[in-house]
Amino acid sequence: MATSASLSRTSDFFREVVAEAPVDPHLEACLQCGTCGGSCPSGPDMDHTPRALFAMIAAGMRDAVLRSNTPWYCVSCYYCMERCPQEIRITDVMYTLKRMAIKAGYSAQTTAPKAPGFAQTFVDHVENYGRSFELGLITRYYLSHRPLDALKMAPLGMGLLKRKRLDLSPRPIRQIDQLKAILDRAREIDAAHST
Amino acid sequence: MRYGYYPGCSLERNAGAYHTSLMAVAAQLGVEFAEVDDWNCCGATEFIAVNRLRAYALVSRNLALAARQTNGSNGAAKGQLVAPCSACYLNLSKVEHYLSQSPALASGVNNALAAGGLSYEPGSVRVRHLLDVLVNDVGYEKVAARVRRPLHGLRVAPYYGCLVVRPGFQGRFDDPEYPTSLDRLMRTLGATVVDFPLKAHCCGGHMTQISRDVALELIRRLLKNAADYQADMIVTLCPMCQLNLDAFQESVNGLFGTEYRIPILFFTQLMGLAFGLSPAAVGIGKEFVDARPALAKIGAAAPAAAEAAPKRKPRRGDQSLPLPQMPEEEL
Amino acid sequence: MSAENPHRTRHDPHATPDAGHGERVGVYVCHCGHNIANTVAVEEVAEWAGEQPNVVVARDYKFMCSSLGQELIEQDIQQLGLNRVVVAACSPHMHEKTFRSACQRAGLNPYLFEMANIREMGSWATDDREAATQKAKAQVKGAVERAVRQQPLEPLYVDINPNTLVVGGGIAGLTAALELANAGYHVYLVERDSSIGGHMAKLDKTFPTLDCAACILTPKMVDVANHPNITLMTWSEVLSVHGYVGNFTVRVRKKARYIKEDLCTGCGTCVEKCPVRIIDQNFEVGLGYRKAVYRNFPQAVPKYPVIDTANCTFFQRGKCRACEIVCPTDAIDFNQKDEIVDLEVGNIILATGYEQFDARRVPQYGYGRLANVFTSMEFERMVNAAGPTAGRVVLRDGVTVPKRIAIIHCVGSRDKNYHEYCSRACCMAALKFAHLVHERVPEAEVFNFYIDIRASGKHYEEFYHRVLSEGTHFIRGRVAEVTDAARGPGEEGQLIIQVEDTLIGKQRRIPVDMVILMAGMESRKDARQVAALFGLGCDYDGWFTERHAKLDPVVTMTEGILVAGACQGPKAIPESVAQGSAAAARVAGMMGQRVMKREPVRACIDAASCSGCRICNTLCPYHAITFHEDRKVSEVIPALCQGCGACVAACPSAAISGAHFTRDQVLAQIEGILWDARQPEVLWLEPQ
Repeated sequence: MATSASLSRTSDFFREVVAEAPVDPHLEACLQCGTCGGSCPSGPDMDHTPRALFAMIAAGMRDAVLRSNTPWYCVSCYYCMERCPQEIRITDVMYTLKRMAIKAGYSAQTTAPKAPGFAQTFVDHVENYGRSFELGLITRYYLSHRPLDALKMAPLGMGLLKRKRLDLSPRPIRQIDQLKAILDRAREIDAAHST
Repeated sequence: MRYGYYPGCSLERNAGAYHTSLMAVAAQLGVEFAEVDDWNCCGATEFIAVNRLRAYALVSRNLALAARQTNGSNGAAKGQLVAPCSACYLNLSKVEHYLSQSPALASGVNNALAAGGLSYEPGSVRVRHLLDVLVNDVGYEKVAARVRRPLHGLRVAPYYGCLVVRPGFQGRFDDPEYPTSLDRLMRTLGATVVDFPLKAHCCGGHMTQISRDVALELIRRLLKNAADYQADMIVTLCPMCQLNLDAFQESVNGLFGTEYRIPILFFTQLMGLAFGLSPAAVGIGKEFVDARPALAKIGAAAPAAAEAAPKRKPRRGDQSLPLPQMPEEEL
Repeated sequence: MSAENPHRTRHDPHATPDAGHGERVGVYVCHCGHNIANTVAVEEVAEWAGEQPNVVVARDYKFMCSSLGQELIEQDIQQLGLNRVVVAACSPHMHEKTFRSACQRAGLNPYLFEMANIREMGSWATDDREAATQKAKAQVKGAVERAVRQQPLEPLYVDINPNTLVVGGGIAGLTAALELANAGYHVYLVERDSSIGGHMAKLDKTFPTLDCAACILTPKMVDVANHPNITLMTWSEVLSVHGYVGNFTVRVRKKARYIKEDLCTGCGTCVEKCPVRIIDQNFEVGLGYRKAVYRNFPQAVPKYPVIDTANCTFFQRGKCRACEIVCPTDAIDFNQKDEIVDLEVGNIILATGYEQFDARRVPQYGYGRLANVFTSMEFERMVNAAGPTAGRVVLRDGVTVPKRIAIIHCVGSRDKNYHEYCSRACCMAALKFAHLVHERVPEAEVFNFYIDIRASGKHYEEFYHRVLSEGTHFIRGRVAEVTDAARGPGEEGQLIIQVEDTLIGKQRRIPVDMVILMAGMESRKDARQVAALFGLGCDYDGWFTERHAKLDPVVTMTEGILVAGACQGPKAIPESVAQGSAAAARVAGMMGQRVMKREPVRACIDAASCSGCRICNTLCPYHAITFHEDRKVSEVIPALCQGCGACVAACPSAAISGAHFTRDQVLAQIEGILWDARQPEVLWLEPQ
């Protein structure tokens, strides 16, 4: 368990990452064994393996870490977290780094530029309707972020429609105002915390 | 048995077959799933990437509604919430677990919930995956007793994907590396279960939208592995896995020059068929890769038990070394 | 006090001895370097102690246990006429003997000394300086109050039984037994298995010298069997242990072998003719077969086989008797029964060894599912010339010679999911395997996957360099998974090692045809029961706890019970042998004294108050209380009493007192510890 005393000996960036995680991810315990990087299904496509990223965090390489495509290529399969011999909460760290990259304005500069746009489009939809609306999500995401790729997705969309696996209009939840109030309050609390 | 039920967005439309079949199977087994009224999206993997507290508040609204609606009255199991979608299961159980772990997070979330007139006491909801409930609460024996049309001759690759078995935020019901509960359930239905080394590997999740080629490669590996073991179909328990393996199979074939035609069904669809329900009653026909040719094999081939090779006795001159002793597999 | 004296003193030369008793107490508060002084305000404690009744002098000092610290106590006893001494420092386990000796040298009875443990129970337990200081004062006060009530006592002397029991016939136990036997002492060596030699008997070569294990081990095994001072009891288990250091009674079950040892010549005809062939899960670790009547290996010591009744056709179905028919000396005896034997010994050395971690617990490495994944012990048997393949390196089919072999380090070790500790011997064994593969299959490629190479030992690093120069591939990365799920044509029919090569920072998939898992060491499954049987402690991982990790590694907290080898923690052969010798030397050293000084802490029954109820008779775990039928009173036999206090607490007539732990001593200590406790507020519960 990282105590406040041992944390004070780490880099500023390391402390920033730990503070932003939901519970202590125990990054300080990393042995650099590479079990995470070896287990990762999209490991070959990452510009740094998770292991390397943790060494970079310890070294305080803020820019390089937040620009990395690694967190955006995380598929949340939890193999790394399951196998980590030091019980580091690796998947949590990946989500944490995504948030930090968006907040710091780095997300568009990552080598996985499509990912932050997709996440943001998805979030907007859920905030508006309370539930995910696939047709709207896909349409808006592709038209606003990847107009050239939209055609590639068209056959899939048609296939889903034909099999009645796609709604043509969103199905908002009944108490959408209640949800919006909750999310607005959460946003305020978060803003108060980060300033 | 009565449980709170959180279908999640996918089961509303895209994975409608999952919802239809699980409800039909539940009715046969005497299990009742009471849908949480006015639930909202769990946030998938995207929401948490954008904002921490909002993501936790989003999920907590569901927990708050579920806690209220599964309070032990009306005969429902207290605080037991069943999610059939792996991602929903993970998000709900993760948020519940972290709220219990971190009082600071719980107070922030409750502060947000108060804006909507809700509150949530950590520890009041236990999130269960549908498979867990069917194999552990209902049990294999009760399932076996309902089988009217055994799936003899059908070779299935049981596919668990990631989140049902890992990381087990609210406890585990199966092995995180090499789970077997779905295998045993399929054998209970009379199907032949093929070895499927990639049974708990990733289907690509949302990568289909972010880096299509990366995702298609992940899907290809699964399809190849199932084909290598001559599976007639892959059985899944997650709408995202089903969608990726099914709807993107053509894209995989296009990209890699392969010719896979492996149907992907939900495990509840096979349960329904084995229980004697009609294909339409369990949503067969909504899949991209037609399952009917594979399903036609049911009953055509010899029962699985007859296929098992007799225990080999070491013969004279046989130099092979004994294999490691493994615990006896049930059924 | 001279000016250069580094210690501070609060000494009132005019303090008058306590009017009532004349007890003059000296209190010494130790800094223990920074260990205590960083958390406890030692000077404040000493100053405060100096103001307490009966305390004539109170000092604090950097290291009380140093010779200067001890001299300080001796000087004060002589110059200030102290007749009680209190040291507030570490645990009595650590230094009670040290300070008692100092008192004795200065002419003070050692039992007028008392120790307050303000380190383990204070400074090491908290960071709160104020609370630790307050607690230290309470402990000192308790110790002073107890000390003033202590009585001078004289130690007891008892004879030591010169026999020793060694439990476990692996290399550590064999070494200990031979050392003692050669020194002229009798040894009973009890081994659970049918023959001695332990894990080492399964090995082919030993690192780093590549000595043939059998060549160096079998002579020792034969020596043990033939030594006039050793009684070898294989196929035997300890059932119970009674008594205390110097005089233990140990009950042993000699399991029936169904072979008459006096008639058996060890010719092996019965083994040859036995029609039952089963997989040997013990000696051959599942890689080979044995018969229902069997010996672990042809050179087994003793040479007599055993019959495995669970698999013997005669025991299971009442017919066969093939072994009986072929035995030329009529040594088969199906009616043999287990025998119970009582041994009288002075000391016991436990050398019960380790078990290999079960690699099935790491499913991602495929052991049990993928045929050509082997454990390190399976591979040891494979490369052994006397093993199932006669030393040929082959795949599970017994024929195919592998061309690419992966050796995976740290299986079950250095992993919080299994064992957090390093198993210490596996890196070197993995290097040895790489070398042996190069030797036996020169065209094969070997890949070692490691986190760190741990080659700290004499000539170990040099051996690593030798294996490097032989062309072994070393890939730094803990293997993520071993799979047969091929992704493409290059991987079909192979086992794929998926790993991050951390020195490149890239994920790699390396096809091989054989995998060896370096499964670590873990404590035996019944280690905790064995520890309870012999009255010693186990750590979190089930390793037996030594008295001191550095300074007393083979002695336990229980006098007369010693440990040697891997039962105390993962060890390779050299360390196990060293510990076996060390344990033997400790035992021999004690027996050289012939008699043993024993603590005079004993119970004593006041015959006048004894009602003869006999509650204490059955309660005493050492059978040390006898009942006089004629006078209807119980009496303690001092030589047997261990001073545990069970009878003292249980006596309904308060007729039993424990020397050095009398009621008034214990109560005064409690009063002292509670010196600043407020009187509890009296609550009046008004009826509503």
